[in-house]
Amino acid sequence: MEMPIPSDFRIARKSELMSRLRAVLPPECVIDDPMETRAYECDALSAYRCAPLGVVLPYTTEQVATALKICFEMDIPVVPRGAGTSLAGGSLPTADSIILGVARMNDVLETDYANRFVRVQTGRTNLSVTGAVEADGYFYAPDPSSQLACAIAGNIAMNSGGAHCLKYGVTSNNLLGVRLVTMQGEIVDIGGAQLDAAGMDLLGVICGSEGQLGVVTEATLRILHKPEGALPVLIGFDSNEVAGACVSDIIRAGVLPVAIEFMDRPCIRATEEFAKAGYPDCEALLIIEVEGSPLEIEEQLEKIMSIAAAHDPVEVRRANDSDEAARIWLGRKSAFGAMGQINDYMCLDGTIPVSKLPYVLRRIGEMSQQFGLGVGNVFHAGDGNMHPLILYNANEPGQLELCEQFGAEILKLCVEVGGCLTGEHGVGIEKRDLMDHQFAPDDLEAQMAIKDVFDPKWLLNPAKVFPLAASERRRDQGL
Amino acid sequence: MDYQPTSEAELSEIVKATTNPLAIVGGGTRRARPVKGDMVSTAGISGIVDYEPGALTMVARAGTPLFEIEATLAKENQQLAFEPLSLAGILGSSGHSTIGGVFAANASGSRRIQAGAARDFLLGVRFVDGAGKIVKNGGRVMKNVTGYDLVKLLAGSWGTLGILSEVSFKVLPISDVSATLSMKADDPKTAIDIMTTCMNTAFDVTGAAYDAVAGCVYIRIEGFEKSVAYRSGALQQIVSKFGAVDILEMTASRAVWTQIQNLSMLQNRDGDLWRVSVKPTDGANVVHAISPDAYVMDWSGGSIWMRVSKGMDVRGALGSIAGHATCYVGDAAMFHPEPENVRVLTDAIRRKYDPKAILNQGLMG
Ligand SMILES: Cc1cc2nc3c(=O)[nH]c(=O)nc-3n(C[C@H](O)[C@H](O)[C@H](O)COP(=O)(O)OP(=O)(O)OC[C@H]3O[C@@H](n4cnc5c(N)ncnc54)[C@H](O)[C@@H]3O)c2cc1C
Repeated sequence: MEMPIPSDFRIARKSELMSRLRAVLPPECVIDDPMETRAYECDALSAYRCAPLGVVLPYTTEQVATALKICFEMDIPVVPRGAGTSLAGGSLPTADSIILGVARMNDVLETDYANRFVRVQTGRTNLSVTGAVEADGYFYAPDPSSQLACAIAGNIAMNSGGAHCLKYGVTSNNLLGVRLVTMQGEIVDIGGAQLDAAGMDLLGVICGSEGQLGVVTEATLRILHKPEGALPVLIGFDSNEVAGACVSDIIRAGVLPVAIEFMDRPCIRATEEFAKAGYPDCEALLIIEVEGSPLEIEEQLEKIMSIAAAHDPVEVRRANDSDEAARIWLGRKSAFGAMGQINDYMCLDGTIPVSKLPYVLRRIGEMSQQFGLGVGNVFHAGDGNMHPLILYNANEPGQLELCEQFGAEILKLCVEVGGCLTGEHGVGIEKRDLMDHQFAPDDLEAQMAIKDVFDPKWLLNPAKVFPLAASERRRDQGL
Repeated sequence: MDYQPTSEAELSEIVKATTNPLAIVGGGTRRARPVKGDMVSTAGISGIVDYEPGALTMVARAGTPLFEIEATLAKENQQLAFEPLSLAGILGSSGHSTIGGVFAANASGSRRIQAGAARDFLLGVRFVDGAGKIVKNGGRVMKNVTGYDLVKLLAGSWGTLGILSEVSFKVLPISDVSATLSMKADDPKTAIDIMTTCMNTAFDVTGAAYDAVAGCVYIRIEGFEKSVAYRSGALQQIVSKFGAVDILEMTASRAVWTQIQNLSMLQNRDGDLWRVSVKPTDGANVVHAISPDAYVMDWSGGSIWMRVSKGMDVRGALGSIAGHATCYVGDAAMFHPEPENVRVLTDAIRRKYDPKAILNQGLMG
């Protein structure tokens, strides 16, 4: 992955920048000791790293605004950061930028059960939002697998999803309002506690803008009352086609499970060896979870199992209590870890129309042969969001590049069959240069026009999302 | 000059060629406010392009009549789960709503509190911007974070950023069973207590509304038979402390929500028509501040449709209550004024998308 050449002019201004920041922020908020900034050199796409000029970790929105104003005046690019778990290189710095992290801003500001919302500072982790309301019977629905670590800031920037978004939607569907600081240091409030923001839907476009429009410091999030209970059923099939057809039949029958997860044989094998979850030895398996009272769970599971029965499953295993449920989820939850045991892996997340599942899985299998790299597939089947995990050996020269080429081919295939490059991880640097495959120049221009409005100098996270060539003129204007 | 393009390409040529203001209409059923300019109708850009019931997705050209979409979905026992609000009855407009108009107005009904708004169901758009350029964003898959979400920006932009030519959206199954708890409530405070009590349970309520004209609170539960019976029983117990509860089944239940969808209780009445959006527990404060002649509250109290005397300054009366007010019938500006630092952004976006300043001028900002 190519990154723009850092600007010597900006690098030369480092000491001036640091002293200006230190003059107005508490000393511990401004870091440029190389030992301390190391942790900020990369995110979860750890094949790419770069030391920033410095790191700023403010306590308040006003401090964020102050820091941004200085960077704006000095033409210094700013890379916003939550917890740094992006898989797309979203929070990867450049050598002429600073990292602005919200990790110190993690308070719950308001909890309102009658109106079902919480207002939090965005450095708070996803899981601890639920943690703050759980004892009273509530939860925050979007649940990325990284929820223990990732911050609401990154969730909003990436419009993150999770296993349960088939029923509850992704971040955007659960976000009511934000406080955002523009690159010029202007503090703007969008939306609020009511269910619809006034006028033009700026909230909708801010969510998923990958830290390129402003630094989000506070968020109003919808919370929901917890369901009475939830139980999964595991169903094994002897082909991907049949498993795919079963998913489609369940959806058509009007059952709306909270999650439908799909694992293929390579992934089942790997997780079996690693986690010993006792999964059946089969081509494909589905884990389908439903919610409600015991009676409602029973009613839905019966429907699902009778639909599955028509597809000759090799195994149907329903959970009767939370222990059995945990065992069914064990393999799925350790899938990434299991694949990581075998080798280094790259995780893609292209989305496809669900009807194209069998075809795409077959093509991925064929390409895996051609490239000579193994792939396991584990994904959210209900919404077509795939997660092919390509295995490679990072220590062997050329393998990372080969893996990236293979990944690019898979993503192009997703677009070809009517899908998209990324369903929940975001574009970052990783898929930036593939955007041309999904969008025509006018489509990209319409998106970049929004950035022009919020960030006319293109200083916020500039080398992300758009193909470098497409954004070059805009990024270079200050130089 | 009026235009009736029959394709997106033709629409693009029309917009490219003109410097006159354009008034964009789909079916003309939501034209609350007259807009000056040459009329451009999207009704000729019509037809369902793709429908995958097993994927819960449909793609249709913007001018496709809503009734055609709903009939096609109904054959597969599916629906637009956000229950597009219908304004035809209350505005006395003739013609048929188009799917493009539904999304351009982000017209969400009662199920918004549980299933989401129109904007949450919109997956992809194709539109012609004010310079005549054809732009696409989003797609036809349910999860998509590839680039900026212009889909949401276009939803609810009322034709001021671009003319929708094609939309793709998510649909949901029609539930087997629908039941509605009906209770008397004399004042908005009690009504909101009942509604928020029900929303704050595990029972997945899909509608919570108060028809102040009839003095009735309605709570809807939908799903499979046993589940609906269980949940309506459980809710009945919880709210019985507020008074007697009737349970309306199937036809009677659905009829209640159709009335709310059409704002029947506010039809054939004089006065201006407003909608105020606030957090639910502020609903009663809104009613006290404004004293409407008639009103109906949806979204658990957070969306209040009201008739007020002609010319009343609803926004002024709201005072410090956080939220916004939209004027559908009356002389006030249709949309709530934005704070200055937001207006700077929305104005600049409008200039980018509509450089000739010709799209539905004056409607939004
Ligand atoms: C093991 C693992 C599993 C994962 N599973 C999932 C999953 O199931 N679903 C899913 O969707 N994702 C998943 N992810 C990806 C990742 O966790 C999400 O993208 C997450 O939302 C990133 O949050 P973060 O706080 O770590 O953001 P960061 O990595 O810090 O930043 C992500 C992006 O947000 C921007 N940003 C950060 N803070 C701000 C701010 N205050 N204002 C504006 N922009 C900001 C950054 O510039 C960057 O572009 C997974 C990652 C890992 C490592």
